[in-house]
This record gives sequence, C-alpha cells and structure tokens, in this order.
Amino acid sequence: MTSAPVGDTTRVTLGELYRGFFTAGARGFGGAMPWARRMLVEERRWLTAQEFIDVFGLCNFLPGPNIVNVSVVVGARFGGVRGAVVAFLGLLTLPFAVVLTLAVLYSRFGHWPGIDALLRGVGAAAGGLVLATGLKMAEGLPRTALAVGFLLVAFAAIGLLRWPLVPVLFTLAPLSVLAAWLRRA
Amino acid sequence: MSPLVTIALRFVVLSLVAVGGVTSVLPEVHRVAVDVHHWVTDAEFTQMFVIARAAPGPNMLLVTLIGWHVAGLPGALVATAAMCVPSCTLSYFAAHAWQRFRGAPWRRAVEAGLAPITVGLVLATGWLVARGAPGGWVAYSITAVTTALVLFTRINPFWLFLAAGALGLLGLV
Repeated sequence: MTSAPVGDTTRVTLGELYRGFFTAGARGFGGAMPWARRMLVEERRWLTAQEFIDVFGLCNFLPGPNIVNVSVVVGARFGGVRGAVVAFLGLLTLPFAVVLTLAVLYSRFGHWPGIDALLRGVGAAAGGLVLATGLKMAEGLPRTALAVGFLLVAFAAIGLLRWPLVPVLFTLAPLSVLAAWLRRA
Repeated sequence: MSPLVTIALRFVVLSLVAVGGVTSVLPEVHRVAVDVHHWVTDAEFTQMFVIARAAPGPNMLLVTLIGWHVAGLPGALVATAAMCVPSCTLSYFAAHAWQRFRGAPWRRAVEAGLAPITVGLVLATGWLVARGAPGGWVAYSITAVTTALVLFTRINPFWLFLAAGALGLLGLV
C-alpha cells in the first residue's frame, strides 16, 4: 500500500479547512465520522480513501473523540498548528451551539411524544449511513484472507459480542500488525 | 473547589484515557457525573445522551451538556475544552511523528494491520446504532435502504434522515 500522499500536492487554505470541517460537523447527524469521510474523500478530495483509513486508524488508537482528532491531524497536515485549531473550531462550532439549543428546547418540549418517534426513525437511518461508510472503507482494503479475517473478528467482538473496546483493540491490533509485517516480503 | 475546576480536572483525565473514542469512557462519565458528584440524575444522563445523539457532530457533546447543566455556558465550554484539548495536543504530536516515518516498512505494516480492524469497528458501530433504534422490520428496512442508497448513489444522506424522521413521526417506526 504505497498511496501517494495527496497532502504533498494539495493546497488547502485555513478558510477552506474551517468551511470543510464546519460542513462535516453541521451535517454530522448520527456521528460526524461518515460526514467527515464524505467531505474529505468524496467531495473535497483532500485525502484519498486509503489516506482516510490511515488517519482514522491512527486516531482510533489515540485517546479522545476520534473525529475531533481527525480534524486536528488533517488540519495540521495542511496548515500546521493554525490549521489544526481552525479545523477543530470548524468541526465543533455549530454542533456546540445546536446541542445547547436542543437541551433548552428539550427541557421545555421533551415530553412531546413525537420527539421519541422522530429519533427512532433517524436512528435507523443513521445506522445505515455508518454501515455504508464502513462498506465503502472496506472496498479499499486488500483482498486477503488475513484482512477479511481481522475485519470480521473486530466486527464480531465489538458489534455482536459487545466486548469492551480497549482490550479488543490492544489484542487484535498487535496480532494484525504482526501478520502484516510477516507477509510484507 | 469551584465546580468549573472539578469539571476540568475530571474531563482532562477522561480525555487522555478515552482510547477508541468517548463511547468507551461513557460508563466512567456516568460514574463521575451521576454517582460521584451528583451533577445529574440517572434519567437526566440518559436524556442528555439522546440529545447529544440527536444533535449533529461528535457524540462527545454529552460532556458539553453535563458542563452546561452544572455551570451554564462557562461549564459547557470548560467541559468541551477539557475533553478535547489534551487528546488533540497528543494527536497533533503523534501525527507529526507518524508523518516522519512515512515509507518506513514498519509503518506500512502498522497501517496494513490497523486498516481492517478500523473498518471492522466502523461496521460494528453502524450495527450497534441500527440496533439501538428498536422498531422492528420498518426500522431494519430504513437501515437497509439507507445503506444501499448511500453505497450505490450519490444522494445526500441528509434527505434520507429527513424521510426516516418523517416515517418516525407518522408512527410507522
């Protein structure tokens, strides 16, 4: 996997970084990750599909909110410290305001039964969006038995068996990396 | 101690141990906010979780709501910053170090090893979110149709959410 890093040739201004992550945050119902991928890979093409997996994979291992870390890493790549700060603020400005507004509204109108029904519908669609994003990411993986195997085990351990994330991650990742290292020749 | 300081200290620590995202420390957030400091009740915690999920953006916004509940706007700002700034700083430097080793064989092995696990986790998240919306076959159909349309068309998922929300309002989900 030697994807040429677009980061070396793509130029992104601070204003574009802010607007890009603002859109990802503003549309990020059901979690900002699918929308961030859509913005970064499909719409603005700041990252290749492979680069997004690499950045997101790295951020999965770092503590803290993953997608916030992605904004910092991508922002830093195109604009250093200022880029990181701008992308971070872009991602969070609107959701911050919206969630506080919702909290105020909910304390007044939360007992209206429509709210629950609405959220159930949106929740089902949000699940579909995340699944589709995962499948799109899977397209970029090498078609080897090892890759497919580790994907399925990770899915089953977290999604089906509901095992805690940290031990699963710290068991599977070293094994998978070791396997990739041994296969590299 | 001022509640703002307590909020800051608690969430700074959580920020640095939240490997795999805020979801993995939610039980700990619950323990701190409900059991230890009595900032919110059990029921309020659940409400805040739902509101944070309903808002766009990362689901760490639950922490913002807890800060808001305890100390208004300053509380919301402090809680959000405390949850983000430590891990963001760490990410910034980690990404720099990572970039330096581009092309190193061991880095390629790490990337090749992490990629399938990352994708497996994303799929598991989608599965759990879909299952978290209990609604029988209509809900499963919404999930399946959304998956297919996002995968095979370039439709903006926002419209699918709107339609799904409408189906919910009509009492079909």
